[in-house]
Amino acid sequence: MRKPLIFGLHAEHPLWVKVVLALLPFLLVIGLYSYASHQRHQENPSDKLLPTADQMVDAVERVALTPDRRTGEYLLWQDTISSLKRLFIGLGLATLCALIIGLNIGVFPGASSSLAPFITTFSMIPPLAILPILFISFGVGEVGKIALIFIGTFPLMARDTFMAVKKVPKEQITKALTLGASELAVTYKVVLPQVMPKVISSLRLSLGAAWLFLIAAEAIAATDGLGYRIFLVRRYLSMDIIIPYVLWITCLGFFMDYGLRLLIRKRYTWYQAD
Amino acid sequence: MNANAKIHIEDVYKSYNSKVVLDNIDLSVSAGEFCTVVGPSGCGKSTLLRLILGQESASSGKVLIDGKQVETPNTQRGIVYQKYSLFPNRTVLENVLMGKLFTEGQWWNPFYKNKQHIEEAMSYLERVRLADAAHKYPNELSGGMQQRVAIAQALIMQPPVLLMDEPFGALDPDTRDDLQLFLLELWEKENLTIFFVTHDLTEACFVGSRLLVLSQYYTDDRGIGHDVNRGGKIVADYALPSVASATTIKESKEFQDLIHAVRAQGFSPDVLQHAKDFNLKHTDSWQSLSNEERTELSV
Repeated sequence: MRKPLIFGLHAEHPLWVKVVLALLPFLLVIGLYSYASHQRHQENPSDKLLPTADQMVDAVERVALTPDRRTGEYLLWQDTISSLKRLFIGLGLATLCALIIGLNIGVFPGASSSLAPFITTFSMIPPLAILPILFISFGVGEVGKIALIFIGTFPLMARDTFMAVKKVPKEQITKALTLGASELAVTYKVVLPQVMPKVISSLRLSLGAAWLFLIAAEAIAATDGLGYRIFLVRRYLSMDIIIPYVLWITCLGFFMDYGLRLLIRKRYTWYQAD
Repeated sequence: MNANAKIHIEDVYKSYNSKVVLDNIDLSVSAGEFCTVVGPSGCGKSTLLRLILGQESASSGKVLIDGKQVETPNTQRGIVYQKYSLFPNRTVLENVLMGKLFTEGQWWNPFYKNKQHIEEAMSYLERVRLADAAHKYPNELSGGMQQRVAIAQALIMQPPVLLMDEPFGALDPDTRDDLQLFLLELWEKENLTIFFVTHDLTEACFVGSRLLVLSQYYTDDRGIGHDVNRGGKIVADYALPSVASATTIKESKEFQDLIHAVRAQGFSPDVLQHAKDFNLKHTDSWQSLSNEERTELSV
């Protein structure tokens, strides 16, 4: 019996076909873009809407490799560092709080009764709707932006952690108690390590939301950052900067996601994703 | 009453809402006994185990271990479940060491290492013939091996009573036979007190030194019909030959007769024995009297 190479339910393809198939959509989009860009520049050499690859390379050189005339800093790197700092602090705090709270409401009925309804309600607040409140109360500095990322990602991760804890079989807890574990030991030595990979998975899924809120906050009030830069140069229709910035953000997001996935696979070898 | 009783259960009732599950259970289990409980589904055998474990409390009556009222699960009892006994994120050796880590109060310390404990854990792993697998994770082991680790993990705590809730229920028949023999040998060597719950009649008649049949299929002076809210009762109590014999004994006539007797006494909804005809001749068997029975006796 021969299995089909590409089409159908039973398709089985060797690695090279896989690679070609994976690259195909990328190449298609790049090709389409280059074609359209070329066409527009033929009509109007000063077109700004679809910059050519050369123009984008030029722009990247300007923002990444030459110091800014006004501040003497390399804009792209400065923006990246500022944005990542906000992202890491906001997301880190959210993960830590979600872990501790999700764990405790999952294990202790008292914590669950007093906190679970609040967190469920809290998660219904659209974070962007309270952005003005954050800026008014925390000012337009770092705290407001970090708070937005926190509020945007914390409830979901807390609920994910809670559900992961609930999935730990009750037998495990009883077993630990018969082995002499205290309640703290049950929570932090038996349950916590078992939900860690799931929490990291949840963090992976929250990366997208975190970026969204970061860019939104920077777009509205900031003096640097990737989102700030994109929305700043928008005024001059500088697509030659916007597009490389978007690609760069995509890259950063991709590698963070990949890193976390790798962490789960290497660090938690016993874990079988479900 | 038996002064040597490890487990002492007196007048225990357990009901959920209005449904009676355990109906006046009286039971003592001596130290060193391998007590097997068998019964049809819904007879309350798992409930009885959970009462002893302290996971649930009786609606009324007393559950004592070593003369002390049971509390929420602690080191007084060890437990081996059908599954989920092992911590999936820890190696076999770590699983066995867990108890030591907890009782030493060193669980929070990632650098704590005690050579003596590791040696002890390894000796337990040798006893369950799994020393080679010490550094594997549970998901790398077969079902039978996992259960042996679970037994070692419970035994290192030297619990006064080892509770087992259908421990071999998920295993294939050969592995099951293997582990039954293994457990019998271990029980003889280590002088354990085991309380073993199963729904498998053959298993119940084979392992153990004492067989309890728990059943909701019986009748008594409370009348007949569905409006009488009866729960599981101990309907038979046998002493079994307390030596580990080869599994071939399962083919013998005496063994088959025992299975038939137990099936008739406990497992058939159509055959209802009267409560006063229960076969409770085991030396440790006893029953507290109800008020009516007391008046009857005094007459």
